[in-house]
Amino acid sequence: MVRRLSILSALVALTGLIAAPVASGDIEDAVTSFELDNGMQVVVIEDHRAPVVQHMVWYRAGSADEPVGASGVAHFLEHLLFKGTETLKPGEFSAVVAANGGQDNAFTSNDYTAYFQRVAADRLELMMQMEADRMVNLQLAEQDILTERDVILEERNMRVENNPGALFNEQMQAAQYLNHRYGVPVIGWKHEMEELSLEDALSFYRTHYAPNNAILVVSGDADPDEVRKLAEKYYGVLPANPDLPERVRSQEPPQTSERRLTFKDARVAQPYVSRSYLASERDSGGQEKAAALVLLSEILGNGTTSFLAEKLQFERKLAVYTGAYYGGTSLDDTTFDLVIVPASGVSLQDAEAALDETIAEFMRTGVDEEQLDRIKMQLRASQIYARDNVDGIANRYGRGLTSGLTIQDIQAWPGILQAVTPDEIMAAAREVFRPEASVTGWLMQNDEVTQ
Amino acid sequence: MMRAFAALFAVFLALPALAEVKVQEVTSPAGINAWLVEDHSIPFTALEVRFRGGMSLDAPDKRGAVYLMTALIEEGAGELDARAHARAIEALAASFRYEATDDAVAVSARFLSENRDEALALLRDAIHEPRFDPEAIERVRAQVIAGRESASKDPNDIARATLNALIYGDHPYGSDGEGTVESVSALSRDDIVAVHSAVFARDRLYVSAVGDITPEELGEVLDSLLADLPETGAPLPGSADVTIPGGVKVVEFDTPQSVAVFAQDGIDRMAPDFFAAYVLNEVLGSGSFESRLMQEVREKRGLTYGVYSYLAPRDLAAVYLGSVASGNDRIAEAIDVIRAEWEQVASEGISAQEVEDAKTYLTGAYPLRFDGNGPIARILTGMQMEGLPADYIATRNDQINAVTVEDVNRVAAELLDPEGLQFVVVGQPVGLTDTVN
Repeated sequence: MVRRLSILSALVALTGLIAAPVASGDIEDAVTSFELDNGMQVVVIEDHRAPVVQHMVWYRAGSADEPVGASGVAHFLEHLLFKGTETLKPGEFSAVVAANGGQDNAFTSNDYTAYFQRVAADRLELMMQMEADRMVNLQLAEQDILTERDVILEERNMRVENNPGALFNEQMQAAQYLNHRYGVPVIGWKHEMEELSLEDALSFYRTHYAPNNAILVVSGDADPDEVRKLAEKYYGVLPANPDLPERVRSQEPPQTSERRLTFKDARVAQPYVSRSYLASERDSGGQEKAAALVLLSEILGNGTTSFLAEKLQFERKLAVYTGAYYGGTSLDDTTFDLVIVPASGVSLQDAEAALDETIAEFMRTGVDEEQLDRIKMQLRASQIYARDNVDGIANRYGRGLTSGLTIQDIQAWPGILQAVTPDEIMAAAREVFRPEASVTGWLMQNDEVTQ
Repeated sequence: MMRAFAALFAVFLALPALAEVKVQEVTSPAGINAWLVEDHSIPFTALEVRFRGGMSLDAPDKRGAVYLMTALIEEGAGELDARAHARAIEALAASFRYEATDDAVAVSARFLSENRDEALALLRDAIHEPRFDPEAIERVRAQVIAGRESASKDPNDIARATLNALIYGDHPYGSDGEGTVESVSALSRDDIVAVHSAVFARDRLYVSAVGDITPEELGEVLDSLLADLPETGAPLPGSADVTIPGGVKVVEFDTPQSVAVFAQDGIDRMAPDFFAAYVLNEVLGSGSFESRLMQEVREKRGLTYGVYSYLAPRDLAAVYLGSVASGNDRIAEAIDVIRAEWEQVASEGISAQEVEDAKTYLTGAYPLRFDGNGPIARILTGMQMEGLPADYIATRNDQINAVTVEDVNRVAAELLDPEGLQFVVVGQPVGLTDTVN
């Protein structure tokens, strides 16, 4: 039941992407990809069981691509893309989608911004026409900016300011990254959001929104040849941006100091200890280490049978919840996270010590091969289950392609996961559990160490 | 130009976009009924089993018993303790989820064709022979209590709980089915065993299966999984006596954004005007960008990230609910705007164009729900619990299309009750105090 994760949902949201460990064997048969002349990449994932299609455009532009001082502008612009173009009035985009029986929305992360519509398959052309239009013809008025800025501030209120766990995660993330933009929240710091201007939004739009920085992903009841024809008609005619900047972010220097923080908030009901380690991400052509980290997180902290649960929840009874997370799909260095929610009467100090003892024990005892076999069986099965949700596959391609991976990388991933050995997992563990690259945080209600 | 293009497409929308969801009504040799959608394209099956009653079956002094019992179903069964049971499920890559709601306990299962029998044997043990080991009870009880403590500091949970207590009183709907720290702490193993036999019985059973399974195979599955359950469970509680005073109730809580929930009397799912009310709400407060509340509260004034309302016809009461969240200094204005819009629509109605747009959206979006074996199984079991026929999927859009603007505006005048609208606000709202109607 989900209640056990509710405390931690904010943590998972922050790390962005939980490792999406599966792609496809048979799914690959349903995936077609090609590139338009202007550099726009296209991926089609077929599922003809129902006459429904999902149309998505992903931009290789997220919050980590924002200029200094304008945090939140990528997400702000995402909202503003619903405010009209030279031919569409504010709000008309969504109104037309709805008037065609469809649903639309958008989302922003560190490395991407994506827009999507789910419609009857025969509406695909209209979606392409409108999405291509707003890629280049956005029209914004000053009043739109002011009202929508209030909306994103209320969104920050809802997601972050009203949630001590989310505020704590922002501090953890900021402490983890010394120099990289991943230390800044996707939604933005409040004081910078309050100052976002029309020019900030338009500047981000002009810099990053162009076909050669975009990926079209169509999933569902779509024919690849038909998609190509329509994509050439609507997206293919848009000029590439010759000045598209190379995607270079300031990188982390060597991390040499263990960091600690405590976050106190009267609204905290359940204190816990969170630990993050800087971790390498999936690299194009070199995903083996990330695959080992995915399996490490599964072994340590995914569910009742995991190592942390076994030792800390079942045997020593020191925790009500433990977990390990690794989001490997990321353009730059990501994090490997551990959490322990202490049992009643157990101090945060003791919980942290027990967590460290348990990790040390794992490093001594190594991988239980039976457990590894079960995890690999589940990963294989998830490829079968994934075929029931082609929109999920579409997301996987969109995230992968905006995070520096190629189609080949994405398709090789399930096989790489299956090939990981216990030795590789232990090597990855030794490399990632470096105290000097870690942040340890205590979320607590007040100064008391014991609950 | 764009308008013309859109209109052209709208003409075609009269054609049904829905894939054929062919529902077969299956009766097992032992007489258990189920709905089946056979689809052999992917080698797995989703099975959705629900037992009517849910957390409303708790005795008043045993609040949280059904919730705790449901959480313990996965914590060991038959010969296997919690960890051995979990490992066995993992080795088969099956997934069994158990959820308790106010009106039902749901079992959502997913299993591969290649090891269906082994997977279902584990599920059978979990439903019939949960161990309720004392060690597991204490471990899960601690998790539930941690959740209850978190809820006591969450403005959304506080708002919902306050509203429910206000409008449902002593009825089970009036308190949280997860119980209180005190009530959960006091539950004994005997209490848990007692609600297990209260919940799992054949007289309240609804089943659907979607995926790689034939009617004959499903019949066998139904019998081995469910036929040995007791014939009858605990009596279902009576309907709630809903009393919505109307006005504002403030719960002081130190947080920057006030969370408000609101309620008024609703409409029964089987009422003749249900679809007219459904279309009405789509226009008024569905939460889409085109809805009146989103236009007035968010798009024009930037007062919130999200505002919506929805009809909530449940087994034992029908209410009309909504929610909004705004900064403490802006929530009073948001509530004023919502109430004004409620009055406006009650007295002036909505336009024929709005009704047509809503119908187009609702009929077009309906097929989008049927997007996978698991979601379809859940929809089918939900339909059975609502008393809908198996051919409802084919006729539902016709019922939406039959709604006229006259129907909608008559229902708007009858149903919408601006005076009876009750808000519960959690936060430090500026310019709002309790009102007593």
